[in-house]
Amino acid sequence: MSIFEYNGSAVVAMVGKNCFAIASDRRLGVQLQTIATDFQRISKIHDHLFIGLSGLATDVQTLYQRLVFRHKLYQLREERDMKPETFASLVSAILYEKRFGPFLCQPVIAGLGDDNKPFICTMDSIGAKELAKDFVVSGTASESLYGACEAMYKPDMEAEELFETISQALLSSVDRDCLSGWGGHVYVVTPNEVKERILKGRMD
Amino acid sequence: MSQSTVDVSAKGGFSFDLCKRNEMLTQEGLKAPSFLKTGTTIVGLIFKDGVILGADTRATEGPIVADKNCEKIHYMAPNIYCCGAGTAADTEAVTDMVSSQLRLHRYETGRDSRVITALTLLKKHLFSYQGHVSAALVLGGVDITGPHLHTIDPNGLTETLPFATMGSGSLAAMSVFEAKYKEGLTRDEGIKLVAEAICSGIFNDLGSGSNVDICVITKGNKEYLRNYMEPNPRTYVSSKGYSFTKKTEVLLTKITPLLERVEITEVGEAMEE
Repeated sequence: MSIFEYNGSAVVAMVGKNCFAIASDRRLGVQLQTIATDFQRISKIHDHLFIGLSGLATDVQTLYQRLVFRHKLYQLREERDMKPETFASLVSAILYEKRFGPFLCQPVIAGLGDDNKPFICTMDSIGAKELAKDFVVSGTASESLYGACEAMYKPDMEAEELFETISQALLSSVDRDCLSGWGGHVYVVTPNEVKERILKGRMD
Repeated sequence: MSQSTVDVSAKGGFSFDLCKRNEMLTQEGLKAPSFLKTGTTIVGLIFKDGVILGADTRATEGPIVADKNCEKIHYMAPNIYCCGAGTAADTEAVTDMVSSQLRLHRYETGRDSRVITALTLLKKHLFSYQGHVSAALVLGGVDITGPHLHTIDPNGLTETLPFATMGSGSLAAMSVFEAKYKEGLTRDEGIKLVAEAICSGIFNDLGSGSNVDICVITKGNKEYLRNYMEPNPRTYVSSKGYSFTKKTEVLLTKITPLLERVEITEVGEAMEE
């Protein structure tokens, strides 16, 4: 079994028109046993920047705490929030620093940059950035997610349609993966509000 | 707080503190993760007025295509570009690092960077990590001494060549070069040959695919032709889009209104001289 399959995870982010959506599953398991059904994989860095981390759950929590620490230092020095592109470079540098003994997680970063332009990117566990204009996926369900997103994605979707698309893509993909699922957690962020929704999914 | 938890390392370089834990996990039977690789076909050739570099745009994670349109031609200096194959994080990190070192060197010397400088910096770094930093590079540029093209393999071996290919599609591309290359090619002939070599890699090698990127460097000028050719467009695009039969069921909704983002510009007086 791979280290990434120890806890199981699924994270996806999509770009819409002046908005973005980031979604994850809610299962936390120890190999084939489920131990929690409300695990938080997506965390807020600041109002317009979210990071979803898939992979080994202990590294997910440790890495998140380190990133919040670095961002708070940045806020104290610069007196403003970090731009999503800058944050992506920071995460990439932190991950590459551990090139020969890496953090066993893959981040998905989503944020609204200048002029409310949505930005998404994902990285492998050593910080190789993959910027995309449409969607990014990560986790044990990633192969199904690639297929579902390719089929369902359309450019320039509004917030409601984007929510429906990302939820359908997430739920259909985790249904085909034993290690992730137990509902979904979706954040849709527009310049004026953050809508956080919990989805009903198959509980098996 | 103990020293090991302080995150901001002043010296830079690699940190090995998670190695023991990862080693323990591997012994427990959990396989290590696979990294994003750029399977790749990268090529370079010297033509009459300078250097032409070419690359495909597929990034793979095992057998899956992770990125259909990634950038493999990295900027090193205004007159030097470098194509990278191998582990994506390594090629990006190594080219970024040497690019910064070259800029500092330009500030110190007050002169344009030379290709041989970039070559020496790259090969010293890669050799010192004995091939564990898995980056295979094709470095090309035009400096005061003329056009140069080099290949660097992950162990630090370098070669200076009139035409070069690296990556999993290198054999497919090299066959095109060996058949058709001649000295003194014009710009259009050179671009056509590079595009043909990359296409050969795209269609025959499974690790390479998608589009062709080309970079033409001449004395005092460079042209980065991103997605010069797109020989693999999506064939069937449904005009209606995807329609969902059943709407998603939502259990809980929480709306957080956000404050308007305010740009604070300080209007102050200029500092006294």
